[in-house]
Amino acid sequence: MIAYLLARLWQAAIVMLTVVALAFVMFTYLGDPVVAILGADSTAAARAEVRRELGLDQPMIVQFVDYLGRLLAGDFGISYRLGTPVDRVLVERLPATVELAVFGMALALALGIPLGIVTALRRRSLGSQALLGVSLIGISMPSFLAGLLLIWLFSVTLEMLPSFGRGETIDLGWWTTGLLTGSGLRSLVLPALTIAIFQVAMMMRLVRAEMLEVMRKEYIRFARARGLSDRAVHLRHALRNTLVPVVTIAGLQLGSVIAFAVITESVFQWPGLGLLFLQSVAAADVPVISTYLVLIAALFVAINLSVDLLYLWIDPRLRSAAGAEAIRR
Amino acid sequence: MSGMQRDLGRRIRGAWDSDLAHDFRRSPAAICASLVLLAFLVAGLLPSLVAPVPVFDLTRINLRDAFIPPAWAEGGSARFLLGTDGQGRDLLSAIIYGARVSMVVGLGSVVLALAIGVPLGLIAGYRGGRLDALIMRVADVQLTFPAILVAVILDGVARAALGQATHERYLVPLLILAIGLTGWVQYARTVRGCTLVERQRDYVAAAILVGRGPGAVMLRHILPNVLTPVLVLATIHLAVAIILEATLSFVGLGIPPTQPSLGTLVRMGNDYLLSGEWWIAIFPGLTLLLLVLAVNILGDWLRDALNPMLQ
Repeated sequence: MIAYLLARLWQAAIVMLTVVALAFVMFTYLGDPVVAILGADSTAAARAEVRRELGLDQPMIVQFVDYLGRLLAGDFGISYRLGTPVDRVLVERLPATVELAVFGMALALALGIPLGIVTALRRRSLGSQALLGVSLIGISMPSFLAGLLLIWLFSVTLEMLPSFGRGETIDLGWWTTGLLTGSGLRSLVLPALTIAIFQVAMMMRLVRAEMLEVMRKEYIRFARARGLSDRAVHLRHALRNTLVPVVTIAGLQLGSVIAFAVITESVFQWPGLGLLFLQSVAAADVPVISTYLVLIAALFVAINLSVDLLYLWIDPRLRSAAGAEAIRR
Repeated sequence: MSGMQRDLGRRIRGAWDSDLAHDFRRSPAAICASLVLLAFLVAGLLPSLVAPVPVFDLTRINLRDAFIPPAWAEGGSARFLLGTDGQGRDLLSAIIYGARVSMVVGLGSVVLALAIGVPLGLIAGYRGGRLDALIMRVADVQLTFPAILVAVILDGVARAALGQATHERYLVPLLILAIGLTGWVQYARTVRGCTLVERQRDYVAAAILVGRGPGAVMLRHILPNVLTPVLVLATIHLAVAIILEATLSFVGLGIPPTQPSLGTLVRMGNDYLLSGEWWIAIFPGLTLLLLVLAVNILGDWLRDALNPMLQ
């Protein structure tokens, strides 16, 4: 188990180091920060001066260690586009994205997992077939289109919900929340739904597929042969064994929710990290792009690690090296 | 000559009688999806024959025709079945040309991802060792990120490295590159897994014994036997690639308005959605949905039909 943990940690460290190296290369070689700071009509002498001040005349390895040190200290440079420190911009935008992603994900889990289980258990029923058909539309729907259709229906036609922005927010000092005001809550509905549509469909299909796989196993037939009730077979035997892949899926989907929040934020002009990222890409604002890259990587690595740890907890076989080996076969 | 014809006839009859074709004839969903895709393909290959108006011919555009609603709505005109956009272009024609761009980028990305992923998977699975470890670690790093982020970042890097003007000139190939590079991992992983299994088979040992080189063993013996899952993957990947392109174009990082794809058309229509001219965004959007849905239905059917476990 310790070896398993160490291997996962080692892998996570490699991923992070690779991404930081990529971010460093972007940061250093894409666009000239000196020109970005001084403007295109600056003199060569002034540029050399700033270059020396920023340490850009140092050997690359020194610069990389420098960059790493600054990252760890929370100093991410200054946005070319906004002229303010990147960390301040990010902290300002973070709450909007977190609130959106958490609500979208909660909605997706609350609907997707039960629907997946039900459609697997009642495989041949008309309702399940219909749900499966609808879910195919769900995964075929680009999230920007889902957002657009929701806006068209609820904002333009029915005039029930706002179509852009976060509504009124309350500043708690370290966090600005839209959850405490009526307009903030109403503004959250459509973006959260937009995220959930694709995720519900995806989650439902994956859970259904896993559940069907498990239901074919010998131990399910054996449990039935022992005369256990359907309820016991489904919940204690089938569901429990479906849970491992479902946890993986849910974990990885959380990452995908944050990624798709980029698109949703753009549709609804939601002032979060995703919108900031898109604006930065369009303006080739390298400090913001590379920082976003590093932070998202850290987030994803953390998610993957927690998923692996949850495995250990759910599936006792993984706790011994021999058991883990047996599963891998 | 007649021998060849008989041979061809027999082949066609053989294909018609095959399990796959039999399955296909009994699946109305798959038949409908294929017909829809066929229509898209014909319209994409010969847009000038299908589209009522050559939309990018500036002499044929009249600003007075702007914002005409669809033909069946109030104020609609029989000349423009789905209405017109803000510049007076026929929306149906714009959609037909737009779907063509979407399909070109989608297919191009799938081909690129195949061209990278399949050989890497073959080599990783067949050779094993350090090379295998290296390829799979790179795949792991990339899998850490969702495809859309990778595509946006690649696009951002290209933009910053090439400068705005050069970037714009090579937009379609760059977009294919960005989307194609996000997809190779799935192919590499699948092909590697299958190759690991096939490598143990007797026919591979026999091929090596008669003196076939590793390249020939991989290409002529193993590759044909791992193509089935690749085919299913490619179909599903096509849907993903089309969605990715549309999404990038929608947020303004993809195809520009001068030669719009479906995503670009939705983006352009988005500006008018709140002021009541809904058709400009909704029709290209629904067309996109139809295209992706047809591909997904076909992919779903292929996966079930080719997977003996499920039958």
